Amino acid sequence: MKKMTKALSVAAAMAMAASLMAPVSVFADDVFVIGAIGPITGAAGAYGTSVMNGAAIAVDEINEAGGINGYQVELLTADDTHDAELATHAYDDLKDQGMQLLLGTVTSAPCIAVEGLAVEDNMFLLTPSGTAVDCIFGENAFRVCFSDPAQGTASAQYIGEHGLASKIAIIYDSSDPYSAGITEYFMAEAENQGLEIVSAEAFSDNRTDFSAQLNAAKDAGAELVFLPIYYQEAALILQQASDMGFAPSFFGCDGMDGILGIENFDTSLAEGLMMLTPFTPNAEDEMTQNFVKTYEERFDGLVPIQFGADAYDGIYAMKAALEDAGATPDMSASEICDLMKVSMGNITITGLTGEISWDVATGEPNKEPKAVVIENGEYQPM
Amino acid sequence: MDKSLEIIRRMKNRTLKNHLITYLIVIVFYVVIQVLINTGNLSSLLTGLLVPICVYVIAAISLNLVVGISGELSLGHAGFMCIGAYTSAFFSNAVGDGLPEIPRFILAILIGAVCAGLFGVLIGIPVLRLKGDYLAIVTLAFGEIIKNLVNVVYMGIDSNGLHISTTTAMDLHMEPGGKQIIKGALGISGTPRNSSFTAGIILILITLFIVQNLISSRSGRAIMACRDNRIAAESIGIPVTRFKLLAFAVSAAMAGVAGVLYSHNLATLNTKKFDYNTSILVLVFVVLGGIGNIRGSMIAAVILTALPEMLRFLSNYRMLIYAIVLIVMMLFNWAPAARTWRERMREKLPFKKKAAAGKEEA
Repeated sequence: MKKMTKALSVAAAMAMAASLMAPVSVFADDVFVIGAIGPITGAAGAYGTSVMNGAAIAVDEINEAGGINGYQVELLTADDTHDAELATHAYDDLKDQGMQLLLGTVTSAPCIAVEGLAVEDNMFLLTPSGTAVDCIFGENAFRVCFSDPAQGTASAQYIGEHGLASKIAIIYDSSDPYSAGITEYFMAEAENQGLEIVSAEAFSDNRTDFSAQLNAAKDAGAELVFLPIYYQEAALILQQASDMGFAPSFFGCDGMDGILGIENFDTSLAEGLMMLTPFTPNAEDEMTQNFVKTYEERFDGLVPIQFGADAYDGIYAMKAALEDAGATPDMSASEICDLMKVSMGNITITGLTGEISWDVATGEPNKEPKAVVIENGEYQPM
Repeated sequence: MDKSLEIIRRMKNRTLKNHLITYLIVIVFYVVIQVLINTGNLSSLLTGLLVPICVYVIAAISLNLVVGISGELSLGHAGFMCIGAYTSAFFSNAVGDGLPEIPRFILAILIGAVCAGLFGVLIGIPVLRLKGDYLAIVTLAFGEIIKNLVNVVYMGIDSNGLHISTTTAMDLHMEPGGKQIIKGALGISGTPRNSSFTAGIILILITLFIVQNLISSRSGRAIMACRDNRIAAESIGIPVTRFKLLAFAVSAAMAGVAGVLYSHNLATLNTKKFDYNTSILVLVFVVLGGIGNIRGSMIAAVILTALPEMLRFLSNYRMLIYAIVLIVMMLFNWAPAARTWRERMREKLPFKKKAAAGKEEA
């Protein structure tokens, strides 16, 4: 025992010695340092990677075009594996490296934890895709995407107004804040829209068998199954529904984005799947086309999903607000944040996800919801 | 007669010395870190890591009491952390500014510890009748049950008192102006961030004090007797279940304290953190540090919590490297070949040889 303790003590001492490395900012005063945090690895990895890629494209474009207020921009990224505790460590790490503005975090629960720290530091936070209400509880925080309540309500309105179905089943992940949040607001709005919820079945994370939930939906005669969940589980549900010969319409939210990129997933199963997403790579406008082209060239033919578009818009929103405020890189993060709190209210940007302006009091964006349907293995605007 | 008393006295001195060394390590660690913080030499990353390190150290010490001293394999430790975290966070949010910060935090710690301890007793009564694998499976299931139960709870407070629901937030029927605190899967957000490194270190010292004194007390010897030979212990009249329950409940309460520290460190709390991965992680600290070796498990907890963050500069390879380091450490500490190699290396060191020789003479 003793020997082992000693060996461990030595290792501990070494770790301590390594920890002595004082924080050194490697960037000069003439560069804006933007940090991005998100899950690059793990189950939600597709989101984080997409955000990092989208942000990288935007930053490179801005730098090529002369930067922000004449200063270049440097993008730092950190992985949080979709874990709240690790996200706070990632945030601290980026702060050590001289981060002045934060794009992130990508997923909700980590974002709330990071926002807890960012409020104290008065660090500007713009989450591209953190949908939970509490993600932006401080005055320093804004978001690019819709919040959970907005998505739940918008989905129900969309289904109701377009007359997609009247008998609706819901399969949701009760252990996930995102899924449970959307479901709650969807059900509330469904009543107003005169939609009938015939079954609402919950599952818990890491589930792989959904036959019970699908059978309940089938027996209740559902015409449309609402899936406010992430794409991995949704892929399994589509597979299992097809195996049991159950073919209603399926409708998802932004977490569904990424389903076509799953390895070994038979994309024909996703035909006709509808989802609420602010971005379609097949949109005709020039901006989207350019973005998709650059993205595919740069990242081995990968088609961008909305997370990348949200991040792209997020970086441009930061640029617009920084220019509005006349900020310079020699300012501290807190000084920049104070300026941004005002300037975010002054700007309107036309981005990949539509025309966006911000409400300074809540930090929520104002923009039109959009839906897409998957046809021939591609997103088509509805 | 005199001689045997002498031996007992010497043994007591040795345990006392051993205990003091452990406290000393913790205090020295604290002082060094404080000096680093005050001279501005500690990065934000490491400053942010300090409280989680305290959380996992407390969890590792408490689990070592069950696994090492009581000899039962428990895989549901995260469940107790979860109870401590939720009850205390609920309390802190419900009281809000009604109490000054420090008394509120102390009360929150006590509430977390008591609630987790109570659950420890409740779970322990049926569970400790089982042995070995069965116990492991039941505790594993228990951890998951706690997590899933907490996940569906909605709880709020308004002028009419407490509202509880297990369906949706609307079913709480709160009055306007009421405060909804536990929001199902969304968990609790906005808990005051009271946890600090100093509080963590004080809690570690208290945990150590309780656990070390328990181990070297009469009850501790009874617990170890039950572990080493249940039949022999029973035959000399030791109430086996009672002592096992004691160890289990104390351990659960300590895990609750770790949960309190965790929940008051982050602005968000949900049950995802308290799944079996966390239970296993704490078990890894205990096994790697040495089953029954309190000091070892503390050191393992510190290293394994800090390591993945230190490896951040490796970006995507860091989890791979972390896994390899884990395997290497495990082999280095416990593989027979590595142990004999270490033994040989030790003998080659001159000062160690003298010490060993001295020991033999005595």
